[in-house]
Amino acid sequence: MAVTETEQRIIRYNDAFNETLAELLREDPDIFIAGEDVGRYGGVFQSFAGLNAEFGDERVVDTPIAEQAIIGLGIGAAAVGLRPIVDLMFMDFVMVSMDQIANQAAKMKYMFGGKAKLPLTITTTGGAGLGAAAQHSQSLEAWLIHVPGLKVVYPSNPYDLKGLLVSCVRDDNPTIFTLHKAMLGSKGHVPEGLYEIPLGEANIVREGTDATVVAIGKMVSEAEKAAATLAEEGIEVEIIDPRTLLPFDMDTVIQSAKKTNRIVIVHEAVKNGGIGAEISAQIQEQAFDYLDAPVTRVAAPFAPVPFSPALEQSYVPNAESIAKGVRDVLHRNI
Amino acid sequence: MATKEQTKISKEVLFDLHRRMVRIRLLEEAAGQLASEARIPGFIHLYVGEEAVAAGGCVALKDEDQISSTHRGHGHLVAKGGEFKPMMAEFMGKATGYCKGKGGSMHISDLDLGMLGANGIVGAGVPIAVGAAFANKYKNNGLVTMAFFGDGSTNIGAFHEAANMACALHLPIVFMCENNEYAEYTARERVMAITDVADRAAAYGMPGVIVDGMDVVAVYEAARVAVARARNGEGPSMIECKTYRYYDHAGVSGLGRTYRSDEEVQEWMERDPIKLFEAQLAKAKVMSEEEAKEIHAGIQAEIDEAIEFAENSPLPDPEVDMLTDVYTEAS
Repeated sequence: MAVTETEQRIIRYNDAFNETLAELLREDPDIFIAGEDVGRYGGVFQSFAGLNAEFGDERVVDTPIAEQAIIGLGIGAAAVGLRPIVDLMFMDFVMVSMDQIANQAAKMKYMFGGKAKLPLTITTTGGAGLGAAAQHSQSLEAWLIHVPGLKVVYPSNPYDLKGLLVSCVRDDNPTIFTLHKAMLGSKGHVPEGLYEIPLGEANIVREGTDATVVAIGKMVSEAEKAAATLAEEGIEVEIIDPRTLLPFDMDTVIQSAKKTNRIVIVHEAVKNGGIGAEISAQIQEQAFDYLDAPVTRVAAPFAPVPFSPALEQSYVPNAESIAKGVRDVLHRNI
Repeated sequence: MATKEQTKISKEVLFDLHRRMVRIRLLEEAAGQLASEARIPGFIHLYVGEEAVAAGGCVALKDEDQISSTHRGHGHLVAKGGEFKPMMAEFMGKATGYCKGKGGSMHISDLDLGMLGANGIVGAGVPIAVGAAFANKYKNNGLVTMAFFGDGSTNIGAFHEAANMACALHLPIVFMCENNEYAEYTARERVMAITDVADRAAAYGMPGVIVDGMDVVAVYEAARVAVARARNGEGPSMIECKTYRYYDHAGVSGLGRTYRSDEEVQEWMERDPIKLFEAQLAKAKVMSEEEAKEIHAGIQAEIDEAIEFAENSPLPDPEVDMLTDVYTEAS
């Protein structure tokens, strides 16, 4: 049944996260949450507020500041039958715990000949925009999609957040679920109750005929703004939100490439070695003959995320730079 | 010291300790021989000399308890009940191995035996053991986790993080240090300013004891105390076993090296854990020399059979096996 505008429940992205965790904890006694400040304080962004009070210290666990041990806690507990959710406060801390993520969690099943089952979800916050500077603002999805055995998810709106988080937690593989910290207050329609959005299925956010924009995380809403501007110029942009970055729904992107023949990929991480490079390579492997222009990437410059708002605002791609990217691929007439 | 709480150990347990040590020793000697003949590919890290630690530790555990291991992990798996055939097949990279040939010597494991994996990253198994111990407490299942690690592991951040977390969360875990005096090829005193790893236990808020790691009964007694403590909800403890690695960090040689003297190796070999224990058992008239020989022969026959099994086993098929087991498919 279609939900009408008045029936829609509009809540914040951060509250969708919190509500989903609470509903999951109520549903499955094997689920617990552990991480820095997630318990009594409710998380540095209050994403976990109230959970410790409802579920107790056993199920919403304050840990030491020890990212390797936090991930290890999740791995060991998952390997012997629980369904842990462990939190890395900032995605930048992925590097601190990378051995446990990439050498341990991701490889355990394969190294053990298939015997291990690791229903582990790692939650974290990525992205710039809060003046948090070089070590608290990165989007490190490219580091993670390079690792066989992981699943990597980056929701762009509250509705997807809930469905994707449920899928991550119910998945029997190690998944990394990234909240965008500059979107925590953004709002959208979120139904009550648990529902799943399958991992590895892209969402066509907007249909268009002239060019395809593949945008990730917060860049989806920027792409939508760009599309509105471009529509006024008579350019119809198709926007694809992959939602899951590993596994990646390349089929949807390829279909769109065959339709529009022009592709712009947008992400917040630096362009060099970013996920855009991988998507671009695959498009050229699978749809080279359909392209009317080189695949273009709109991404951050090759510098750490700067602190000053004056620099940070120029660092992160926005509607304007995305629109420019689209005009660039359209300018080339073959 | 744990040994002061020693009670009479049954003959059954004494035989079990002996059997597990001999199983490790003979498997490792065979594996070393096969590696030297290039019948086992890749790196091999032999456990010879340290058998009393794995045997003494694991005999103190229940079958359902978990252990974590190191890259010197064959001994731990054998002591936890690992079978020779799938082990030997795994060493050889065969499809019939414990890990279908995908892990090899350095990642050998069997979760069904509660063995959370040998591990190629020094210290990395310890946080995973803490996770298993967390699950035991969470499920209130009465199980205990024993983390095996070397002296070198205690210099790495992951170890410190895990030990602190286990104590902070009061988990049912035993930290079992095999201090073999060398972190790979570097002597302990060159990389640590303390002599005893057990001194570190106090920093985390757990008891730490030192035992003779060549004396399997001493290891067993200490392990029994620590395991009982964990099972009773009294939290983690650390046991430091002073032991020695006869062979190099990796490979099948151990003498004529610049990092340690042959005299030192000989001195430790004179206190060989199996010879020491067999002499004790003979003196106490628990096991005669003849019985010991029969046990060795029986185990050797099993190993010979395992080698034959492994050599006759199929290799994994790149077309079929390369991409399986990367992910768990939805059921």
